[in-house]
Amino acid sequence: MAEPLLSLRGVQTHIGHYHILHGVEFDVAEGGLTMLLGRNGAGKTTTLRTIMGMWRAAAGEIRFDGRDITNMPTPDIARLGIAYVPESMAIFADLTVQENLVLAARSGPMDQKRLDWIFGRFEALKRFWMLPAGLLSGGQKQMLAVARAIIEPRRLLLIDEPTKGLAPAIIANMIDAFRELKDGESTLLVVEQNFAFARQLGDSVAVMDDGRVAHQGGMAAFAADSALQQHLLGLGMDTHQ
Amino acid sequence: MKRDWLPLLLIPALMIGALPLIGSPASWVTLTVAGLAMGLMIFIMASGLTLTFGLMDVLNFGHGAFIAVGAFVAASVMLALAPWMTADSIWLNLAAIGPAVLAAMVVSGVLGLGFERVIVRPVYGQHLKQILVTTGGLIVAEQLLKVIWGPDQITLSRPTALRGAFLFGDIAIEKYRVLAVVVGLVVFAALALTLNRTRLGLLIRAGVENGEMVEALGYRIRRLFVGVFVVGSALAGLGGAMWGLYQETVTAAIGAQVAVLVFIVIIIGGLGSVGGCFVGALLVGLTANYIGFLAPKVALGSNILLMALVLLWRPQGLYPVAKR
Repeated sequence: MAEPLLSLRGVQTHIGHYHILHGVEFDVAEGGLTMLLGRNGAGKTTTLRTIMGMWRAAAGEIRFDGRDITNMPTPDIARLGIAYVPESMAIFADLTVQENLVLAARSGPMDQKRLDWIFGRFEALKRFWMLPAGLLSGGQKQMLAVARAIIEPRRLLLIDEPTKGLAPAIIANMIDAFRELKDGESTLLVVEQNFAFARQLGDSVAVMDDGRVAHQGGMAAFAADSALQQHLLGLGMDTHQ
Repeated sequence: MKRDWLPLLLIPALMIGALPLIGSPASWVTLTVAGLAMGLMIFIMASGLTLTFGLMDVLNFGHGAFIAVGAFVAASVMLALAPWMTADSIWLNLAAIGPAVLAAMVVSGVLGLGFERVIVRPVYGQHLKQILVTTGGLIVAEQLLKVIWGPDQITLSRPTALRGAFLFGDIAIEKYRVLAVVVGLVVFAALALTLNRTRLGLLIRAGVENGEMVEALGYRIRRLFVGVFVVGSALAGLGGAMWGLYQETVTAAIGAQVAVLVFIVIIIGGLGSVGGCFVGALLVGLTANYIGFLAPKVALGSNILLMALVLLWRPQGLYPVAKR
């Protein structure tokens, strides 16, 4: 069996006095899209931030492409080819849309072909190219945050709630973009609350509960098992949609 | 692109508002140029401090040490080159000032590097400790200056070419103030170009807003911060050298005295904003000169009053930096 691109073993994270992750374990296979699901407060965002080195893992091991990246400095983790889109989007509000993307294109000038592909998915970015990003709407900021992560090819994309607050038409574009990325160059690990979105895109799923991974497996099997969803997510399918 | 012009308009508004109060146009021009010169010298000293606060949330109360060291180093070089300073040739004058300013910037920059490593780095993210240790650093630096240069003030004479004033009818404009305005504008233009037209500048602006995200994009913000800290210290050294010549005396307390104005300027401007720092510095310089002429008894408190008024209008300063 091929080694997973990303694997977490017994990862524990504390934030201040709070013990948030209690031994997280799961694998992300190369070339697919893994959905990280769970109730609010289950530890999904903390898991992504711990992978990126933004919060220190108190114990356990995180391996990327066979290499131990546990508690490596965040810039070094990013330079291995991991891009991160936080839930808060964290766009640079005082910089223009263009400047946000110029900064994200670390290796040099932006590839025009790739930029055109992004514009095809997120047309608003082209329209507001020279506008300070702080003046964009919430949905446009989300587009910019995702565009920043994919402006150059990255091996692994960590994306935290990409559909939060987005209109259905933009979600459809986002689905197309993620599909093309996973079929091409990237592996994706996506935290999502919108189960309809997760079911459409996910190849596999890891469900977190109280700082642990309570279930990992294929998305198709999970989507077909209403009882398991009810048990792990606390909500029926209808509620998710 | 939407720009906020209102704070910028305060400068001409203040100038125009002062004219009828001062009465004499000649006095008004003299005071205005003096205010701009003073403001631009403060801007040179403050620009580095506002960026280091914006990038790493570091409250460096020891910034005055770099100003004082710059003033002392420049004074020493100029005293050593006294024959060139008093020569009638502007080229010989410049040949004395150039190395003096360069030495001030280099020594202050190197001191800044050491200060960041030894004093600031252990207290990242801990504001109370930052205030205590950087204030302690300033006190130690002042005492060391007294040990090295002695406790007495050093009297400096401006070079021959920069003594006196340009006369236009009744209007007298001190030559040295014109030089201060030119140097200040050059520093501002260089900073503005770097911040707005280069990748390094983009990184600094992004880092001021959200350093964590800059790191997640693969850039090492600590290195960037050290670089900005060193450049800021060197600029403080340049400002200290110019301030010493402006006052024509240098004492160990020169840094701490100017640092009060520097902090007022960066608070008025909006912590982390170089544009705000520029506008704030000009407002402080002009206010100090106009009030000093109109009501000398309240001159000391005029900048505190200005800061209070600005913060009542815009509690985050004139140009607040969007923070994560």
